[in-house]
Amino acid sequence: MIQWTKLLTLVLIMTIIAAAAAVSVPLIIENINLGIDLQGGVYVLLEAQPTDDGGAATEEGEVEQPNLWQRVTGWFDGLFGGGDEGESSSQVSAQDMAATIAVLNNRVDAFGLSEPIIQQEGDRRIRIELATDPSNPEQNQRDILETIGKTALLEFRNADGETVITGANLLNARAAFQTDEFGRDVPVVALEFDSEGAQLFADLTESHIGQQVPIYLDGEVISAPQVQTAITNGEAVITGAGTIDEAAELANLLRSGALPMELVQLEVRSVGPTLGTDSLMLSLWAGLIGLGLVVVFMLIFYRVPGLVASFALLAYVVLVLGAMVGLNAVLTLPGVAGLILTVGMAVDANVIIFERIKEELNNGKSPRASVDSGFRKAFSTILDANLTTLIVAAILFWLGTGGVRGFAVTLAIGIIISMITALLITRIMMNYLVSSNVIRNKWLLGVKK
Amino acid sequence: MNLDFIGKRKLWYIIALSIIAIGIVSLAVQGLNFGIDFTGGTRLVLDMPGEFSESEIRDFLAGIEATDASGQTITLENSYIQRIIGSQDNEVVIRTVPLTEAERETLLDAFEGEWDGFNQDSIQNMENVGPTVGGELLRNALLALLLASAALIAYISYRFQFKFAVTALVPLLFDSFVLISAFSIFQVELNQPFVAVVLTIVGYSINATIVIFDRVRENLRHSASEKKLAGTVNLSVNQTVVRSIITSLTTLLVVGCLLFLGGETLTPFALPLFIGIISGTFSSIFIAAPLWYTWKLHEQKARA
Repeated sequence: MIQWTKLLTLVLIMTIIAAAAAVSVPLIIENINLGIDLQGGVYVLLEAQPTDDGGAATEEGEVEQPNLWQRVTGWFDGLFGGGDEGESSSQVSAQDMAATIAVLNNRVDAFGLSEPIIQQEGDRRIRIELATDPSNPEQNQRDILETIGKTALLEFRNADGETVITGANLLNARAAFQTDEFGRDVPVVALEFDSEGAQLFADLTESHIGQQVPIYLDGEVISAPQVQTAITNGEAVITGAGTIDEAAELANLLRSGALPMELVQLEVRSVGPTLGTDSLMLSLWAGLIGLGLVVVFMLIFYRVPGLVASFALLAYVVLVLGAMVGLNAVLTLPGVAGLILTVGMAVDANVIIFERIKEELNNGKSPRASVDSGFRKAFSTILDANLTTLIVAAILFWLGTGGVRGFAVTLAIGIIISMITALLITRIMMNYLVSSNVIRNKWLLGVKK
Repeated sequence: MNLDFIGKRKLWYIIALSIIAIGIVSLAVQGLNFGIDFTGGTRLVLDMPGEFSESEIRDFLAGIEATDASGQTITLENSYIQRIIGSQDNEVVIRTVPLTEAERETLLDAFEGEWDGFNQDSIQNMENVGPTVGGELLRNALLALLLASAALIAYISYRFQFKFAVTALVPLLFDSFVLISAFSIFQVELNQPFVAVVLTIVGYSINATIVIFDRVRENLRHSASEKKLAGTVNLSVNQTVVRSIITSLTTLLVVGCLLFLGGETLTPFALPLFIGIISGTFSSIFIAAPLWYTWKLHEQKARA
């Protein structure tokens, strides 16, 4: 007897999966975060190197480039207690890093980029990721790189627009609270000059009482305080900040002119917009065609279970893409490759199960009993096989940087979801399939005769 | 299906050793094509506005000066120049010593002066990596491989036994070596993707090996007799071989699409993945289980 309700439930599940895919995939593709390599843009990794000791900045040319062997041995030295951290012994303060990031943000803002990423990595590195819009001629990648590479230029100018003091004479700038004439605590920015700067500042303030002395950073006015009285001790206070955060931001920008460090570009990558978009489109098409071929292959080889697996695969694709969006993961080119690879691997769990079911059928068991024991016996195999791969993904994530890390995330998401789809979605569908009694002929289940 | 995987194990070992020998020859003769991610340097992918030859570009670069790692002024004449084969446009890859921001600007301005129509859009890709990052990458890659091996040995020893763990690692080393050989034979640039690909193949291959060992473990439970060990192992490989082949084929279908339709930016991933999957399938079927059997056999003989 054919169990029509079971058969209908199966068809309903398949329809739901197909509908979910049709609705969600376009939405997901629109919302997924693309890496610089896929949408075009600029990636820069900077390292702050202290220049305290009398401004003796190491020139790039002086750095001797070690060969591979020296690198490997150097690394093992470092691993077993040798101090290859020597270079970083001179500290760069967290405050200085914050100031540098503030300056970079300020510079990048001028280009009107969408969602610029400027983040600190480790103690003294800054990672910048900027996606550029190819249709906006303002967002020229060469200009952006040039702007990022500039040394911060902080200037105090007089009424005639002449530069009187530069950031070199500024010792520090910090946000603080000061009690005003009404007894309220108001946020201010406190400035501190060196002796030369104090002298220059004294001259400037004396001659400009009641006037504004605009402060320029990289040629742009960041503040234009009005001189209330002559300041001769080299310690000034800028009032008028609305909140302590605003004061901190201004202090950060001011401090940039007095940073005792040099920014070295460790890594610069700029991807032309056409290359990025081309890569994305090509890899998406390649993935789609690959997916289609896998479906055809599964249908030919496993017949009706192959159809079930195809729907499970569709559910897999939706869930993986959804998880990427949900976790705010960034899709990079290595990530796309990883994703497409996991499609191939997602089929694996189904293959293991179906091969087991075939074995049970060949042993003369009924379809229903075969599906039951097939899933049961395949479980430990799938678990062990996937957990070992997951271990590799976890280590990749832990040790990887940038693109490799993105790859590890997609791989891990892929492994976990492929297990869920195989052990849950395929299982439910296969159960409805065999218990509906619609399949009388074992050939339809993939067995030879 | 009943193929004699165990009986012919010496043949498989010879095949595996031959593959390793080919790799050693290629590594000795051609070496590896280290990209800037490992060596540091500047790499440009340019879409040239008209016809060009590699020697034309070399002559042009001979007129550009830069400072090399030892602080000396050199010309860029000895840079790596390669036209991208198969691209519709006139694309070329140029790899130089690490250039500073100013030197890059000089170079690009010179291109604009020399080639009519060269502009911002001609720069497909510009990458500059300092020497530090390359060393770190290598360090992290080795560390990842070591830690992954240790973690896998621990997990497999716990779930199976120590002998399985060790013999499961041998195919991984084999696959990693095959990948390095493939990068040497095809002279693919060795960059960051290499690290990701090697570790993916390690994951893929261990997966394939575990499926087979899982069967051996299960069948050993049913037949405890060590005399029939060869038969039991052989049966296990036979029972899983269809799965091994089907999974490889489906994965190869997708990766093959990436390789042949995905464009040249994906080639550094797709080509080694393609080769690695084939290698992973081979090593899990023909190396892992036979090797485990060989070890067991030795143990039995030693005991007798």
